[in-house]
Amino acid sequence: MIDTMMAPTVTLAGLTVDVNEEGFFLQPEQWAETMVPELARAEGIADLTDRHWQVIRFMRRQFEEKGTGPTVRVLGKTSGVSIKELYQLFPKGPAKVAARIAGIPKPRGCI
Amino acid sequence: MTTDVLARPAPASKPETITKVSIIVSRGSLDGVYPALIMANGARAEGIEANLFFTFFGLDAIHRKRHEHIKISTVGNPGLHLATWLGGVPGMSSVMTHYLAQKMEKLDIPSIPEFVEMIADTGAGLYACKASVDLFGLSREDFIDQVTDIITVGEFYAQAAGGQIIFT
Repeated sequence: MIDTMMAPTVTLAGLTVDVNEEGFFLQPEQWAETMVPELARAEGIADLTDRHWQVIRFMRRQFEEKGTGPTVRVLGKTSGVSIKELYQLFPKGPAKVAARIAGIPKPRGCI
Repeated sequence: MTTDVLARPAPASKPETITKVSIIVSRGSLDGVYPALIMANGARAEGIEANLFFTFFGLDAIHRKRHEHIKISTVGNPGLHLATWLGGVPGMSSVMTHYLAQKMEKLDIPSIPEFVEMIADTGAGLYACKASVDLFGLSREDFIDQVTDIITVGEFYAQAAGGQIIFT
């Protein structure tokens, strides 16, 4: 059981969600696709394209299948979006930012 | 308003985050190059601006013909826990490098050429040190295409301004 007593909450698409101090969802099941545009804007992504969506949905699927989000290297090899493009889409760190938007924990991994 | 989702006010005691790193690669052994590459790549993954500056034997990591052949040093490397005389046996360095490469592949750690290319794709700058390039009689053509420029130490400092410098 995650202790959310001290964690901040935010309101997205009319729903209250629990996030940690870095802005990652504490309970991924609270996430909904309708929250994505608002989450993306908060990351400085004003123009959410199909390519962004491809990465965000891929992150979400990977998390649901494996229980953890992919690192940038894995994204580059398996998401259908190259590393170069990933950094163009998410300049502040593709895996980290896309994970935050996809409502999943921060992917762990050194490479 | 609900748009301040990620406007996380940091507690007063929390140190500022790192926004830029300049990493100097001075050694040309496998164990000299990998840590710098991992740190540069990891910095970019965190959204931190990163530049790599290759100097002296570190230049091998961006050398067109040599970057595929970077080996672990088996002589004078106590971390390997090999008898000193054994480390010097001809071919030992290649054997150990091969062994390590297999382990790395299992962990999906890219080879040095692939890793350097990947780091360039993240938007990190790759620079060669002019003094070392001159010393070894090298030129731009000797380096992989991803190398941004050959720069002087002064230019390096100018470019490193406002960030952290890491020497490996």
